[in-house]
Amino acid sequence: MALRTEEMLLNVGPQHPSTHGVFRLVVKVDGERITEAIPVVGYLHRGTEKLAEDLSFTQIIPYTDRLDYLSSMLNNYALVQAVEQLMGIEVPERAEYLRVIVMELNRVASHLVWWGTAILDLGATSPFIFAFRDRESIVALLNEISGARLTYNYMRVGGVKWDAPEGWIERVKKFITVMRKHLKEYHQLVTGNEIFLARVKNLGVYDAKTAIAFGQSGPVLRGSNVKFDIRKNQPYSIYDRFEFEVPTGETGDVFDRYMVRMKEIEQSLNILEQATEQFPEEGEIQAKVPRVLRAPQGEVYTRMETSKGELGVHLVTKGKSDKPYRLHLRRPSFINLQILPKILLGRSMADIPAILGAVDIVLGEVDA
Amino acid sequence: MFGILEQDFSWLNLLIMISVAVAVMGVVLLFVVYAIYFERKIVGWIQLRRGPNRVGPWGLFQTVADVLKLLIKEDVVPTKVDRLLFLIAPIIAYTPSFAIIAVIPYTESLYFADVNVGLLYYGALSSITITGIMLGGWASNNKYAIMGGMRSVAQMVSYEVPLIMSFLGVVLMTGSLNMREIVQAQQDGVWFIFPQFLGFIIFLIAGNAELNRTPFDLPEAENELVAGYFVEYSGFRFAFFMLTEYVYMFAMASLMTVLFFGGWDAPFGLDFIPGIVWFFLKFLMLVFWLFWIRATFPRVRTDQLMGFAWKVLIPLALFNVMLTALLHTLGIYSGVN
Amino acid sequence: MSEEVKASSPKQPLLDSYVKIISEQVAQDAVKEAYINEVNSHMPALIIRKENWHDVALIIRDKEDMQFDYLMNLSGVDYEEYLEVTYHFYSFSRDEYLTVKVQTERDGGSVASVMDIWPAADWQEREAYDLLGIGFTGREISRILLSDDWVGHPLRKDYKPYDEGV
Repeated sequence: MALRTEEMLLNVGPQHPSTHGVFRLVVKVDGERITEAIPVVGYLHRGTEKLAEDLSFTQIIPYTDRLDYLSSMLNNYALVQAVEQLMGIEVPERAEYLRVIVMELNRVASHLVWWGTAILDLGATSPFIFAFRDRESIVALLNEISGARLTYNYMRVGGVKWDAPEGWIERVKKFITVMRKHLKEYHQLVTGNEIFLARVKNLGVYDAKTAIAFGQSGPVLRGSNVKFDIRKNQPYSIYDRFEFEVPTGETGDVFDRYMVRMKEIEQSLNILEQATEQFPEEGEIQAKVPRVLRAPQGEVYTRMETSKGELGVHLVTKGKSDKPYRLHLRRPSFINLQILPKILLGRSMADIPAILGAVDIVLGEVDA
Repeated sequence: MFGILEQDFSWLNLLIMISVAVAVMGVVLLFVVYAIYFERKIVGWIQLRRGPNRVGPWGLFQTVADVLKLLIKEDVVPTKVDRLLFLIAPIIAYTPSFAIIAVIPYTESLYFADVNVGLLYYGALSSITITGIMLGGWASNNKYAIMGGMRSVAQMVSYEVPLIMSFLGVVLMTGSLNMREIVQAQQDGVWFIFPQFLGFIIFLIAGNAELNRTPFDLPEAENELVAGYFVEYSGFRFAFFMLTEYVYMFAMASLMTVLFFGGWDAPFGLDFIPGIVWFFLKFLMLVFWLFWIRATFPRVRTDQLMGFAWKVLIPLALFNVMLTALLHTLGIYSGVN
Repeated sequence: MSEEVKASSPKQPLLDSYVKIISEQVAQDAVKEAYINEVNSHMPALIIRKENWHDVALIIRDKEDMQFDYLMNLSGVDYEEYLEVTYHFYSFSRDEYLTVKVQTERDGGSVASVMDIWPAADWQEREAYDLLGIGFTGREISRILLSDDWVGHPLRKDYKPYDEGV
């Protein structure tokens, strides 16, 4: 006797505790199995690209803060890198070091938020609190140097805006030691846990070829065994002066992406250690640039590695203008999210938070 | 209790029974209030924060404030729900939880209903709650609620089986379903946690699942189903469901104390401390264990949960029963009888 | 058209080989223009004719000396007389970069979709359609960032916002 079953159309979001922002996923479920998943985005679209056409380059920098608001420093850098490449500006040593230090601190902070919320979505409430304890230390450091806790607006074309205050580098060094100790505790708490492993192993698997075809970047690409990190393969800023490894995963499941990010925190701490050691005693923090930045006619596409993946800036300028003609942002969360319908097929409803947590999206970046 | 049940019916007796029942309910509710408070405190301390500490000295009145808030909220009954079922579902869910407390003996003389099939009564009534939960999920006319209800029913029904089977070993060793006799058997011999260690572990895990607590709290998973089967309930109806969970915690922990830890029996012969204190201490230890687990583990997924119940716990429980029966028959280890 | 003799770019031979492959494999005039973008780390750039785009795309991905399997970016640009879709590619096996541009007319213009070749293009094409109104043939298209009932394409230079002056 065949049972009459019906497919149910379920809406996950846009207001939902575990979708990390205003993200809507329309799922067709048959009991607990997902038969189709359609992501709907655009709830946080603020027209950044259109606005940028009316703003001078320095004025666009606060807008980039609000893309992936958890890694503002990294977004800032993407924009100033594009303008600097277009105008051929060289950035002084000290500014470069300051940039690397704040960027890596931001990367660690972003990964901590990811860790806390991803594990929270799986049901464990304590790691969230521990992660935010450490993030608080980072945010306090970045607050000292830039005056803000979340959207820093710190970098400028040609350098950075403010210099490191007295003793700031020492405090960063102290933080590195504390964070290393805590990272070990985090591994003890979560990584070996049977329940956690049962939830994440062999989930959402895709191989390297699929990852490349879908334009994945960042930890989700490295989790599928593709050893590619823009900081190593196409080094920008002064990343070629630092020794660090690029962790990869083997199977391409959620657990591998988890481990890649945890190891990335470690590697960021290594970079921070070296950068604070090599930090120049004195130097300029801003190159000599004209007050009104007029870029020559040209077009660039620059890319850099943020905590979510490859953030690319496609900048087109026309002649003697201080505003871009077209600014397009290649946003990693937006592109990484495309694979979601494919890997959710056939899974159960309870897997949605686990898989979504591993993709690690920030809606500010998905929608721009 | 005090032999009232054996006496002839009279209005005085009735009055005494009712007031005693109300008193017990009062004690249980007091426990619930402070269990909620201490859960938040303990989970907070584990997470390096303080937990509630503003309302009253050390935040002791926090739960009172919360419950009061729930009680004075607007009673929202959504229009399209199945009205009768929606209204009685919480009642069906929580009434058995109070009913089963009647059979738990606290000390030699402090017990309420000396039912010869006490354990069976316990197991049977606790299953009625499942109906209440299912009705709540169904009547809410909400997809999330239905999913939560389905998950919850599947989970609770599956874990009832190893739960009941895990204390069959205790029954075999005692030769009786009467809770008082079980405690007396432990007083004469050794606490059942030692010979029945496997049964105890199974009971602990299955009990956790019956209570719908982390790591088995998928039915009320906030992150996935936005509170599952009670998403449409607000105000005091929501309070009913919460009450059910905590009163069950009381019942489950007391049952564990009675079955495996010797009830009011004093360890190491420290008789001068009254039995009720020992009962209370053992009971608190088990409740603390439940809080500790909640703060530490992530959630188990539904299909993994069911697989675990049917493929792991039930075979283990069966093995435990068979082993006990074998040893009992061979006379190698026999409790009482 | 500069008079001075510019130093030859190190990527020039690569660019020449790409042009050669494409003109041989697809069509003689498939490549409208080929140049090196010096500012952008000497990235080779090709402007492909719209009619040949899908065939050229297959060549770009599969051919031995091209193998650009990674679509990094797809942007639409409004150049007032025409609309342009810019693609940026990377080849994992050869560690090389490529820019490709395809132009189309403003009103009702469309470009062949390459979603079947690089699945990464899916949402980016939808974004280009949504914000610039560039059509993509060979696939179902719908808006992605704006609501489905939005009228107009905001990123166009002649877009009049509904509440201008408010």
